[in-house]
Amino acid sequence: MNVQGWTFVIVSLSFALYIVIAIWSRARSTGEFYVAGKGVHPIANGMATAADWMSAASFISMAGIISFAGYDGSVYLMGWTGGYVLLALLLAPYLRKFGKFTVPDFVGDRYYSSVARVVAVACAIFISFTYVAGQMRGVGVVFSRFLEVEIEWGVLIGMGLVFFYAVLGGMKGITYTQVAQYCVLIFAFMVPAIFISIMLTNTPIPQLGFGGRLAGDAGVRIAGGESVYLLDKLDGLHEELGFAAYTSGKKAMIDVLCITAALMVGTAGLPHVIIRFYTVPRVRDARASAGWALLFIAVLYTTAPAVAAFARTNLIASVEGAYYDAEQAPEDGRVIPKWFRTWEDTGLLAWVDKNGDGRVQYRPGKAFKGKPSFEAPADAIDDRGHLLGRGLAGQRLVTNELGDNANELDIDRDIMVLANPEIARLPNWVVGLVAAGGLAAALSTAAGLLLVVSTSISHDLLKKTFMPQITERQELLAARVAAAAAVIGAGYLGIRPPGFVAEVVAFAFGLAASSFFPALLLGVFSTRANREGVVAGMIAGIGFTAGYIVYFKFVRPDLNSAEHWLMGISPEGIGTIGMLINFVVAHIVSYTTKEPPAEVRELVERIRIPKGAGEAHEIEV
Amino acid sequence: MSDDDSRAKRYWMANLRLTLFLLTIWALVSFGCGVLFVEPLNRVRIPGTGFKLGFWFAQQGSIYTFVVLVFVYVAAMKRMDRRFGVEE
Repeated sequence: MNVQGWTFVIVSLSFALYIVIAIWSRARSTGEFYVAGKGVHPIANGMATAADWMSAASFISMAGIISFAGYDGSVYLMGWTGGYVLLALLLAPYLRKFGKFTVPDFVGDRYYSSVARVVAVACAIFISFTYVAGQMRGVGVVFSRFLEVEIEWGVLIGMGLVFFYAVLGGMKGITYTQVAQYCVLIFAFMVPAIFISIMLTNTPIPQLGFGGRLAGDAGVRIAGGESVYLLDKLDGLHEELGFAAYTSGKKAMIDVLCITAALMVGTAGLPHVIIRFYTVPRVRDARASAGWALLFIAVLYTTAPAVAAFARTNLIASVEGAYYDAEQAPEDGRVIPKWFRTWEDTGLLAWVDKNGDGRVQYRPGKAFKGKPSFEAPADAIDDRGHLLGRGLAGQRLVTNELGDNANELDIDRDIMVLANPEIARLPNWVVGLVAAGGLAAALSTAAGLLLVVSTSISHDLLKKTFMPQITERQELLAARVAAAAAVIGAGYLGIRPPGFVAEVVAFAFGLAASSFFPALLLGVFSTRANREGVVAGMIAGIGFTAGYIVYFKFVRPDLNSAEHWLMGISPEGIGTIGMLINFVVAHIVSYTTKEPPAEVRELVERIRIPKGAGEAHEIEV
Repeated sequence: MSDDDSRAKRYWMANLRLTLFLLTIWALVSFGCGVLFVEPLNRVRIPGTGFKLGFWFAQQGSIYTFVVLVFVYVAAMKRMDRRFGVEE
């Protein structure tokens, strides 16, 4: 069977599995809809959290980003895993003991203020929506690339599926489908990684092959007869071509520190992640499921940098100096690998022969300005059957203005994961598996985020703020209607993404770090933090962070470089400073205003003790 | 102050000490070994591998440590809950 056939079969099978699970686990009460009846086993919850957390970006883009950034890519690895330590130690057990449904619930009760609750709802919806639009887009992109349907249709199919199990099953349906989605995505990520590790280092464990010597079929060829460590070879190749060494970075240390911290703290403040810890039966299960979640995430996050290094080494070794056209190559000359042309046809890779020697020259800098815009479609032919828009060697010509450097190659970073199966010459079903894995990653994250949006509307806004008299039945109906509306809204943003979405998603972490995290942390660890302090802190923190980002990204993008930044901290890392401002302001204002009422101090004392979490939930449902 | 109150207070202090200790290690492996001291550590190699130590901490070691830290916390808190009689 060909690639498309296999992709179709595997993707259909995985979708059928999700639908069966959704029907089996549909929700019957608000408790089941919001928090799966608080009956999820910690290991299952760990898997669901991992799938919820790992988005299309983690699955497809992260290894590619690291591949091009080398050491600097470590900020994502440490940032997106280190946040779980904060969650497990500082938030998850206490919020579970608090024992209600949502993050705004905690903020509203702990700070005895419906204003604080509504502000928290607005933040939760804003963060979730920007994030979910990216996921829907990811679904569309995977569909269009692997099954050759229009992006719009891909988004619609994804919407239909999420609609089915999120609206019907609520948190319960989502949790069990996410368990299945984790299994699909981790299998799809590991199979190509293991094969590439064997090809380059003769070790089936990528984490070890990463530090091993070049060996195996392709490894021996790259090593060229000497016995050398993969990372040394990679650093050597980088040095030869004029790139910064792979194992040392280019970014300033303070910026690396701040970006890592902002990502860690932001992770711990994301509402769709926090809400997962409400679904387990006991406080100690909340702690344990944070551990399991981190373990399941670590499997992918320790493999990704290995894949990044393998792909980078293989890329440079196989394309640098290779002839594009086999007929132009001399007897002993290397020719570009087959996947090079396949991905050139998709438009994700482009080669401009600046010096006209017919060989690919890969150097630092951008080969040309912007994304490649080709003279003609890949399959365009004239009336004599010749391909149109081709150069002397047969390469696709671009119309972009060329960059003022020696680099001739432009590569989309997503190729690094998507092309792995072809680079490793794996059978066609593996390509189908990678497509199913990318879809699982995008759909599971989208469903978790949509649930936050629907819960925020039906529970926090309707039941708790504006219409407290509605019955549980009506609330459940409202939750389903809100989920349905959210799916449609997200789908629309996926089909017609406004320009700012991509920019904003990257900063959702900074915003979560500078707003939610300090409010939640102080809510547990300080009995003195009061309404005035926390509201002032949140406004100061998010105001500063958003202002800084908007200034450098939208108002004066021409100034967005290290010499203009505050202390050399980029907009990506500024959330760390925003968080510190939030803490300082909240502290000062809390101590200069009236202390919180006695029942709030009792609430804080109570959530610090695990005993009685079960009872709290009996009262609640 | 009743017995329950002072026991709750001692439980909370013990919890804070443990949390602070684990977070110190958390910061040490990531911000310390992975970023601040990455260059001096890169002069050392993990024997038998191609890993420079600082680079390894940034892309592998810190993540392994995080996982261990959380499971240590889970086990230690389970014991502490029982010792203070506050388990569920």
